[in-house]
Amino acid sequence: MDFIKYKSWFFALSLLIIIPGLVALATWRLKLGIDFSGGTLWEVKFSQNQSTTQQELQNFLAEQAIAFSSVVKTQQGSYLARLHESDEAKVNEIKNKVTTNFGEVEEVRLETVGPTISRELAYKALAAVGVSILGILVYITWAFRKIPKPASSLAFGICTIVALAHDVIVVVGIFAILGHFKGIEIDSLFITALLTVIGFSVHDTIVVFDRIRENLTKYPETNFPEVVNHSLNQTLGRSLNTSLTAIFVLFALLLFGGESTRIFVLALLIGIISGTYSSIFNASPLLVVWHQISKRK
Amino acid sequence: MLKNPRATFALIILLTVLALFIDIPNLKIFGRQISHPKIETKVLKRDLEPKLGLDLAGGVQLVLSADMTNIDSSDRNNALDSAQNVIENRINSLGVSESIVQTAKTAGDYRLIVEMPGISDIDQAVATVKKTAHLEFRVLADDAPPEATLSALPEHFVATPLTGKDLKRASASPGQDPQSPGYVVNLEFNSDGAKKLEEITRDHLNAPMAMFLDDEPISWPPPVIRAVIADGNAQISGQFDAKSAKQLAIQLNAGALPVPLSIESQTRVGPSLGREAIAKSIFATAVGLTSVAFFMIAYYQFLGVFAIGALLIYTTLVFAVFKIIPVTLTLAGITGFVLSIGMAVDANILIFERIKEEIAWGKPKLEAFYAGFDRAWTSIRDSNVSSLITTAILFNFGTGPIRGFALTLAIGILISMFSAITVTRTLLRVFWIRKI
Repeated sequence: MDFIKYKSWFFALSLLIIIPGLVALATWRLKLGIDFSGGTLWEVKFSQNQSTTQQELQNFLAEQAIAFSSVVKTQQGSYLARLHESDEAKVNEIKNKVTTNFGEVEEVRLETVGPTISRELAYKALAAVGVSILGILVYITWAFRKIPKPASSLAFGICTIVALAHDVIVVVGIFAILGHFKGIEIDSLFITALLTVIGFSVHDTIVVFDRIRENLTKYPETNFPEVVNHSLNQTLGRSLNTSLTAIFVLFALLLFGGESTRIFVLALLIGIISGTYSSIFNASPLLVVWHQISKRK
Repeated sequence: MLKNPRATFALIILLTVLALFIDIPNLKIFGRQISHPKIETKVLKRDLEPKLGLDLAGGVQLVLSADMTNIDSSDRNNALDSAQNVIENRINSLGVSESIVQTAKTAGDYRLIVEMPGISDIDQAVATVKKTAHLEFRVLADDAPPEATLSALPEHFVATPLTGKDLKRASASPGQDPQSPGYVVNLEFNSDGAKKLEEITRDHLNAPMAMFLDDEPISWPPPVIRAVIADGNAQISGQFDAKSAKQLAIQLNAGALPVPLSIESQTRVGPSLGREAIAKSIFATAVGLTSVAFFMIAYYQFLGVFAIGALLIYTTLVFAVFKIIPVTLTLAGITGFVLSIGMAVDANILIFERIKEEIAWGKPKLEAFYAGFDRAWTSIRDSNVSSLITTAILFNFGTGPIRGFALTLAIGILISMFSAITVTRTLLRVFWIRKI
């Protein structure tokens, strides 16, 4: 298959997903979970009045002027309420009000995050993503330093970063859309998923780049785009098979795994699919574009 | 690398058996107790029980913010250490095993992070932890039986007006008296305290004075008042070494430098959620592994069988390492482990694809086999290093579940490099090459 000939189409397909994501991000922003915004996540089972409905709970909270962003019924029949309050005494007050009105409850889970910690975490999360991108750029540029001329190792580094930025933007964009329509919030596990996706994306890209490096030495006579295309075809089996195994295990976790890591696994799944795509259809064709531009000068 | 594949093979089998031995859970089968060994040497002590994090075991994690507004800036570190010590003691008296109390200081914020996995009465535990420490100095009650002076029991002591509020700070230092070497604890009282102390020492000269923290006696038997102290500077000497003197100073400071604690964030997980999560993640992992096994065998046939063999050895080794370190398992950590399975298989796929290519290029099988391992190495190395970079950053960025994820993924990647390369190669050399 000629990947280089159709590169514009592959870039276009990426943009088709990235642009709506970016628009969604600009208009709706990400829906921040309590890790980043502060607040309380409270999961309860009504042990006395089991017939309590979601609507009743919502109405009660509204009547009592308790600020909340959502009340959801889980598959286990418990209710997950996201409250804005994070002060312990006030949260206890809310709990008491609910118990007085609805009878005994079983507290399945309670998480509160105060405003100082949430601000700190948001800052740390951004720093972590930034530092890891920088670290990878440095490592790739170093690992590919012996690449035969006229290819430059910096080009390999930068194309890797573009591919991983693609994956980060795809995941963040899709979550901005999911946040708006499905109310899915991002938490610190989401950042973990992003960083893991970064690792995987680079993993995929490196395998192709490594083959390009080898082939450049092997076939010094062949022109650059052909070497790239040849390398892509040679590594295609591996790229797809590896992604398939990762997708198998992630699907298993998504379908059968615990509720609390579902969003995390979803982010990983989207990111790894995007990572496979970007390493085949974006990173290497970009190398060719870089090569053509630098030759023209 | 050992030259002889059989020797390497024997070594791998030995490692695997050892790991299996560590992995077995404590079970009763046909009335017989089966259990894994324990490591008990001077340098290393491990009970080799799997450690479960909050989300699996249930329990509570608290981030407490310490209010330092009334504490001198030079005393703040001491105050935080004392608060940590007091909370540790309180949790121990609650009987919570494997609890952790950490201090965290960032830019003027003083915090304590308390983790108590597996507790049932969360409300009570939180209340116990949050209480501000209360220090009292007590003397023998007037109606105490006379023999109590010698065998003084804590309940014979009654409160005096002197409390932690009157104490400025306590510190440990080497004793100045050449007659009795060792350490002493110095107590520095404020002017109010000095007055009260003078009165008490005059009224109870040569009688014991006990110190109670949260109604529990500290430093028992109590020291005896040897002189009337008027300047507010007292010294406790006795059988202290550097460590015990410091311990007493920390406990006294808990009362002298009381820091109100407020809950800045908390995570409470009821026990039912954890049980459900364990069952679900074991099932999901099994489904994931099985589908990978089917895929590998369907696609690579007998080569795939070896990869799965290596993968099973890999799983045994990783779990054993988790128990030895020990790694606290959380849901995110299990996800990290499952993902590392993907990485382990990836290394094998890289190698097998390469072998297939080399054979397609007309190399004889044996040469293709060696070339496959050799040439695949650089991409396995480079790609794993980049993943390790991100896990290292994750480990520094996060707390709790994120760290667990980063750690399990990193351990998984490291061991996968061993299993996918050394183990698969040896298995293939022992069972496949000889037939060619």
